[in-house]
Amino acid sequence: MATQTAAKPAKANILQAINAAIADAMEADDNVVVLGEDVADPEEGGVCGVTKGLSSRFGDARVRSTPISEQAIVGAAIGASLVGFKPVAEIMLMNFTTVAMDMIVNHAAKLRFMSGGQTHVPIVIRTMTGTGFASGGQHCDYLEAWFAHTAGIKVVAPSSPRDAYGLMRSAIDDPDPVLFIENLPTYWTPAEAPEKDHRVPIGKANLLSEGNDVTIIAYARMIQEAMPAVAQLAEAGISAELIDLRTIAPWDRDTVLASVAKTGRAMIVHEAVTPFGVGAEIASVLNEELFGKLKAPVKRLGGAFCAVPFSKPLETAFAPQTADIAAAAKALMA
Amino acid sequence: MTNRAVPDAGTQIEIYRRMALIKANDERSRKVIMTGRLVMPYYSPRGQEVIPSAISVNLTDEDYVCTIYRGSHDQLAKGLPLKDLWAEVAGRTTGTCKGKGGPMHVTYPTKGIMVTTGIVGSTMPIANGLAWASQLRGDGRVTVANFGDGAANIGAFHESLNLASVWKLPVIFVCQNNEWGEHTAYDKTSNVRVADRAAAYGIPGERVDGNDPFAMYAAAREAIERARAGEGPTLIEAMTYRFHGHVFGDQDAYMDKERKARAMADDPVPRFRARLIADGVASEEQLAEMEAGIEAQIDEAVEFALASDFPGVEELKRDVFAEELN
Repeated sequence: MATQTAAKPAKANILQAINAAIADAMEADDNVVVLGEDVADPEEGGVCGVTKGLSSRFGDARVRSTPISEQAIVGAAIGASLVGFKPVAEIMLMNFTTVAMDMIVNHAAKLRFMSGGQTHVPIVIRTMTGTGFASGGQHCDYLEAWFAHTAGIKVVAPSSPRDAYGLMRSAIDDPDPVLFIENLPTYWTPAEAPEKDHRVPIGKANLLSEGNDVTIIAYARMIQEAMPAVAQLAEAGISAELIDLRTIAPWDRDTVLASVAKTGRAMIVHEAVTPFGVGAEIASVLNEELFGKLKAPVKRLGGAFCAVPFSKPLETAFAPQTADIAAAAKALMA
Repeated sequence: MTNRAVPDAGTQIEIYRRMALIKANDERSRKVIMTGRLVMPYYSPRGQEVIPSAISVNLTDEDYVCTIYRGSHDQLAKGLPLKDLWAEVAGRTTGTCKGKGGPMHVTYPTKGIMVTTGIVGSTMPIANGLAWASQLRGDGRVTVANFGDGAANIGAFHESLNLASVWKLPVIFVCQNNEWGEHTAYDKTSNVRVADRAAAYGIPGERVDGNDPFAMYAAAREAIERARAGEGPTLIEAMTYRFHGHVFGDQDAYMDKERKARAMADDPVPRFRARLIADGVASEEQLAEMEAGIEAQIDEAVEFALASDFPGVEELKRDVFAEELN
């Protein structure tokens, strides 16, 4: 999965899109630097090669592989950002953010507020996750709700190459810390290639398909599960509207509320476990804002409340699938 | 040690001025809390005045410092104005952080005071990033990461010293070993000297008498020069003693009374004052005048702070992000 050097292809995958976004940002601004485990070329640009080619192109000073020291990685990113750099730090897997929570939650997210706006932390923390590769309980959790629950950090989770590119550029431009969640199993799925310098605004959802009966709100890999469900529902005479949230914090209330005001029915789908999750927050806001207009209780569809299991049938059953989404939508119509 | 740098007369007086300022400010802080004029969590730096005073005379405003909740000595030594400090700890809008940070989160980039953290051990990873920025720019700045002996046992210490060593960062790790990690004595939590741990990371480590301005000055100067020259980080373990409990109001019954009495009898501030006079570096009148000036500045800062407005509730929506919340 080397960086494209020839004419831009019509197709690209998410991995290539993220690589291109970081490269374009580094080209545009010398203050953009990259650090993390294995990120430089002698270490193959990361375990999946997302940052491959960057250290060869921009130099070892700006793209630095680090020891396996998550607190030191995020701390170094924070410190450099306080004085004008725009670090893109990789915490390889989302589960490993747990070893750097003090740096992320107590420092990156809070320094702007606690300093009364004298300092700020324009960092991007890239992290990958997602079920599907049989990696068991500590390598594929979706922990976005933990960060969305923290004031001062933005959380994005793109589902396509175009959005991955556009959100990465916006995240690097952003004056505040952004957690950039990459879905590992869908890194290599080709789709429409992004244009250079394209931006997707943080906080804006994407209406993927219009419908009148039920609104399905999803993000990351769940979009790939929801798309066929929308087609199946159409065959069954149910018109479903699909919203790709793209940004989890701050989420696009306007788009979601407008859609649910129209359809009267809503379902939130995520890979993270259901209790206390993003779905619970959105359902609560829908209840507060649209109580009289809802035709059915808001539905949450999330991962099972257990550690991600290893055994293939269990792992498959852990996260919502197309059939689950279609069945839940039909139940909302009943 | 021979051939170590010695502060000249003017520098000695400046070190003393910073020490006297820290001591007077601490005494006033405790008095203001005791008399009920102000409520704040207060971690007294009394007894530790020499360390930041002797370090900071080797720094410029462009150099960075990170410190901890017990940090007013580090902040004042680095040049934080008294009014900004007092208004901040009083939670007023005129404070350095508009009253939104408080005593544990004082920030003042104008003087290089970049982070004050309430989390043990967390200055070090961020100090590395500041030092990395200086290395990338080649601007010759150095970063001082202050922390206590208790922080030497947290994972961030290991991760940070290792990274600083591997990347050869211009950072000075200053462990202010006041013998106490909260309520627990250092010798109950570690079997080795903090300075000796430097060997594990392949960097210089020195235990120094942190209550001796000459020794502290020399150690700091050498470490700072090494960092500026691109020769990498140094770990300094500055031995001192915390005169009071962990936090104001703590009755410090866990502290050995005899040891504490001995440390307080050997108070580094009057000791250095007497030396300056004995050596003919300063006169009694000169120092008395300096101290009176400090008291007057503190008077003014306290009154300024307490007369200042509290921030409005609209501040809850500001500085969370660059854009104000809805």
